[in-house]
Amino acid sequence: MCAERTLPKFDTASAKITKEEGLILYEDMVLGRLFEDKCAEMYYRGKMFGFVHLYNGQEAVSSGIVKALRPKGDYVCSTYRDHVHALSAGVPAKEVMAELFGKETGCSKGRGGSMHMFSAEHGLLGGYAFVAEGIPVATGAAFQSKYRREAMGDPSSDSVAVCFFGDGASNNGQFFECLNMAALWKLPIIYVVENNKWAIGMAHDRATSQPEIYKKASVFNMAGYEVDGMDVLAVNTLAKEAVARARAGEGPTLIEALTYRFRGHSLADPDELRDPGEKEFWGKRDPIKKFAAYMTEKGLATATELKEIDQKITDLVEDAVKFAESSPEPNPSDLHRYIFAED
Amino acid sequence: MAETLMFNALREATDEEMARDKTVFVLGEDVGHYGGSYKVTKDLYKKYGDLRLLDTPIAENSFCGMAVGAALTGLRPVIEGMNMGFLLLAFNQIANNAGMLRYTSGGNFKIPMVIRGPGGVGRQLGAEHSQRLEAYFHAVPGLKIVACSTAYNSKGLLKAAIRDDNPVLFFEHVLLYNLKDDLPDDEYVLPLDKAEMVRKGKDVTILTYSRMRHHCTQAVKEIEKQGYDPEIIDLISLKPFDMETISESIRKTHKVIIVEECMKTGGIAAELVALINEQLFDELDAPVLRLSSQDIPTPYNGKLESLTIVQPAQIAEAVQKMMEDRI
Ligand SMILES: Cc1ncc(C[n+]2csc(CCOP(=O)(O)OP(=O)(O)O)c2C)c(N)n1
Repeated sequence: MCAERTLPKFDTASAKITKEEGLILYEDMVLGRLFEDKCAEMYYRGKMFGFVHLYNGQEAVSSGIVKALRPKGDYVCSTYRDHVHALSAGVPAKEVMAELFGKETGCSKGRGGSMHMFSAEHGLLGGYAFVAEGIPVATGAAFQSKYRREAMGDPSSDSVAVCFFGDGASNNGQFFECLNMAALWKLPIIYVVENNKWAIGMAHDRATSQPEIYKKASVFNMAGYEVDGMDVLAVNTLAKEAVARARAGEGPTLIEALTYRFRGHSLADPDELRDPGEKEFWGKRDPIKKFAAYMTEKGLATATELKEIDQKITDLVEDAVKFAESSPEPNPSDLHRYIFAED
Repeated sequence: MAETLMFNALREATDEEMARDKTVFVLGEDVGHYGGSYKVTKDLYKKYGDLRLLDTPIAENSFCGMAVGAALTGLRPVIEGMNMGFLLLAFNQIANNAGMLRYTSGGNFKIPMVIRGPGGVGRQLGAEHSQRLEAYFHAVPGLKIVACSTAYNSKGLLKAAIRDDNPVLFFEHVLLYNLKDDLPDDEYVLPLDKAEMVRKGKDVTILTYSRMRHHCTQAVKEIEKQGYDPEIIDLISLKPFDMETISESIRKTHKVIIVEECMKTGGIAAELVALINEQLFDELDAPVLRLSSQDIPTPYNGKLESLTIVQPAQIAEAVQKMMEDRI
């Protein structure tokens, strides 16, 4: 079991969010949670297959970061643990669910599956099944933004890319290589390490010589921050600053969000190595409960309002399942489609 | 004799070789405390310690390069590719250094290492987790490539691979880990370069490997009732091919069907057909037929996925067609 790090202090008074913003964050986190609970249910009922990696526990990171972006025009890049990033990015729940069911109406037309969610429309650059391989891709999207502005003379080009990955990925060469290029060329990108302490069965501090990942930014002359990844306000506040810097052409940021996944690595993982005490410790820090308490205490929402959101999302997820279930499978005669650009 | 599942047969092979030779060690992602993604190294770290079951960070190219360095200097690393597909990230170290270094060093060094792990198309794992790297690595000089297919051969072949002084790419298959065999109580080692006669026959030679071997035997069980008598050969060694066994069979049947799970273009069969044409053209009564996966990334959807790889019914049909001279 890894030692617990002291969490960075966050002064909630510094977070100025409106009621509307707060409700958006809350709703997005609830969507992430209930959608994933439903995925587990559907997986065990034999509706979805392969490796399914759920995000429960980490919702504050996805919501806090992605909701700091513009609703359209920015980019989000994910891993195999991608359903919730897709939802935060605005991909409709029914399209994500249909993809998991392997249906033609899925966001990747049933060709991709759990680990390969894509949506050009929503700037979702993809779920990438191989660890760390999304990092260069997101870096390329950020380069594109700068290139349009500086090489093609388009002053309106100010899109920002966000790249999510895990603590395990931060030991891969692609991480270091991209940090160097992004800092060198001041690319508008935010690298978000979701440090959930484990890479399948590999405890973070058995895999890295410097467990404080955010510190690795400094050798590349890049801004690096750690944040309580169970606190959506803290994440969102930091993300807004990083996005503003990126949009202003001031370069990339590395954010290390300290978080935890409440379930095994994937639904196929027996989850035998993680200490029950550790699970309990983090279970108590549920980001949704924490934020709900904040909202009601600050008078930003009433308990009834939050309940209504919970109900709305429960219905939405049910509808997503119905949609996925009733959608058609891809047509066998389309087996060879989407290989080349012409089709 | 003890009934043993394939993943345990591979575990026994590793365990026996580690006990026999202290220079043998295993490295890779989650090979230690987690016991390997398919439990091939379960609890071995308790017996041999963390250095001999080295849990590495997710840094494929670098830990494969480290294994090359350890092999050059006298150790015998066994790399587990958590999924063989991940070794695409290690292509450079495997191709340039594992494969070619002995040659470029003019024989100064040898590279006794094994790179093993699950390959092939599983059940709806998506394109990236459904790769058949045997075909991609086939062109690299200096590598031996082996594919096991039963609990029995997996154990004997892995022991041979670990003892071999060359780099051996050793393909297991995600869907075969729970196959069972009665394994001999006494130690056995199988030759890496010999194909395995699965079924003797006289009508047509079916050449296959890995999981497709089982598709072939399934298909033949059906059509033998109709009087067809194909010979099935499991290639085992994908590089080099055991041309002796292959040609002996072709000289008898004069007809060849190759069944593979890799894609058709640049696949294992592509090379094998070329060799058969070069060496045995006069023996053939019909063009060699290839049954391969479609040339597409493996789709997630289950129906599309099963259309992508060869199914037993297609093998049966191919044999019938070939026997009726319809090819
Ligand atoms: C290149 C590559 N190597 C190995 C794997 C197998 N694998 C999948 S997830 C994972 C652990 C990744 O951990 P981390 O980056 O911390 O992300 P988390 O799963 O915790 O979200 C591993 C080793 C892979 N998918 N790709």
